[in-house]
Amino acid sequence: MIEARSLTKRYGAKTAVADLTFSVRPGVVTGFLGPNGSGKSTTMRMILGLDAPSSGCVTVNGKRYAAHAAPLREVGAMLEARAVHPGRSAFHHLLALAATTGIPRSRVEEVIDVAGLRKVARKRVGGFSLGMGQRLGIATALLGDPATVILDEPVNGLDPEGILWIRTLLKSLAAEGRTVLVSSHLMSEMALTAEHLIVIGRGRLIADAPVAEFTRSAARDVVFVRSAEAARLAALLAGPGVAVAPGERGGIDVTGLASERIGRIAAEHGIAVAELTPRQASLEEAFMELTRDAVEYQPTGRYAAGAAQEGRAA
Amino acid sequence: MSGIAVPAAAGRLGQVTFRGIVRSEWVKLRTLRSTFLTLAGAMAAMVGFGLLVTSMTAHRWSGMDEAQRAATNPLAQSQIGFFIAQLAVGVLGVLVVSGEYSTGMIRATLSAVPDRLPVLWAKSAVFAVVTWLLMTAAALAAFLGGQAVLRSTGVGLSLGDPGVARAVLGNGLYLTVVGLFGVGLAGVLRNAAGAIACVFGVLLVLPELVKAFPKSLSEAVWPYLPSTAGRAVATVDAGPMALSPWAGFAVFCLYAGAALAAAAVVLKRRDA
Repeated sequence: MIEARSLTKRYGAKTAVADLTFSVRPGVVTGFLGPNGSGKSTTMRMILGLDAPSSGCVTVNGKRYAAHAAPLREVGAMLEARAVHPGRSAFHHLLALAATTGIPRSRVEEVIDVAGLRKVARKRVGGFSLGMGQRLGIATALLGDPATVILDEPVNGLDPEGILWIRTLLKSLAAEGRTVLVSSHLMSEMALTAEHLIVIGRGRLIADAPVAEFTRSAARDVVFVRSAEAARLAALLAGPGVAVAPGERGGIDVTGLASERIGRIAAEHGIAVAELTPRQASLEEAFMELTRDAVEYQPTGRYAAGAAQEGRAA
Repeated sequence: MSGIAVPAAAGRLGQVTFRGIVRSEWVKLRTLRSTFLTLAGAMAAMVGFGLLVTSMTAHRWSGMDEAQRAATNPLAQSQIGFFIAQLAVGVLGVLVVSGEYSTGMIRATLSAVPDRLPVLWAKSAVFAVVTWLLMTAAALAAFLGGQAVLRSTGVGLSLGDPGVARAVLGNGLYLTVVGLFGVGLAGVLRNAAGAIACVFGVLLVLPELVKAFPKSLSEAVWPYLPSTAGRAVATVDAGPMALSPWAGFAVFCLYAGAALAAAAVVLKRRDA
């Protein structure tokens, strides 16, 4: 169980995490979702006590992480960058960390096998591929047989086989009753792995809900309409709760009206419609919709409109 | 669901202990190539340069006049390698700390030991013991080898001569504290280039600056410079201005201690 209360982190004038309150329950995989730079990694570092909150607090199983006598037993973590000295072998890296709490050598060998690193365990980490590095990070996280597992972007750099392995591993860990918090900036990945979602943007909480509920509430139906008189039709459709945006091939994307209703309005005003297509917004679009205002690095200028349109068309 | 079985480690896990942290730091120190390169380099420099310089003296002895012979310091000649050894040891002291920050390893280290400070103490202790053992052995070997080379000249010393044993062992102590000074400064700066520049700026450049001060000021400050104070214990007859050997060494230890204390404050206060 991880509990954050009004967690805030400021770096000078910039607020990386703002008044974040959430809890992560054991037994399910919780996805920690947000665009790049939204404060996910900062939050994870605060959970581990690596960064001190500017205000608020976060506890793991009721205590600050640093207050636990056997910290590796409480939380196993893999943070964003590879937290490994490249000159050391995977085995010695794990052995050094294990030694602090008297974790025996046999346990080091166990996690090497679990992570599939047996063949490269004695090689210097500097020569590892991105995927091998991720596997070592996961082996490190599992070292203390922890009640809580925190992984920052674990699927980055993994091949499809590796991604499937991570998904299965995360679900197994949760099924064993552990608390599992996994960050990602990919909604599609979280939809497959997580049962619960915590979504943040610009350091603020946007959603804290089961995946199914999040999808239902966030995914809004869009109707794509193409017509020679698109502009006139757009004006006729306008009303409260209705949004009209330029779509591909000179058409318009209408949100907030059913396709039947759009067709009837067009017919009543004698507007010929070339195409009328209801479309369910994908989860990815729902996520982008939710976090649009919260994206840290917005494209601006010449390519901004094009990028937005492509995002819509995708 | 085809799960992945993660073997449980229940009942086999203890709490964080200082002994455990020391073992962890020992594993870290002995599993990096830079440790072997720098320490082997320091030992080779100690012994090699000592033998080189004493050999040159022994070779030229018959052609030297009285004044030249009188100016020959057999102890200093055999220990001359410390100039190079201090570079290697100082760099290693910096690297054992800065390497954690530059690679991100520090986050794994502090996740395992969230109390933080024991890591600095354990790291310093392991580094100090290893460096002290090896540098003392190197200083002894350089002394014994060098004096054997000088035997033909009749000026060779033995460990039984006044102050000699203390000076040879003192060289091992001096080099150890140079390394600890590096550990402390790297802990404050978290950056190898900056910390190395500071260590050798203080040890090698600062004396040159002080020499340019007005004479009265220069003479007042001189004995308390880290380099002069530290060398007092590693030489016999360090000169009229120098502090006594152990007072000098204590002053040198204060500098290293201050650097380590500053590192402790930074480690505890700043985000990792």
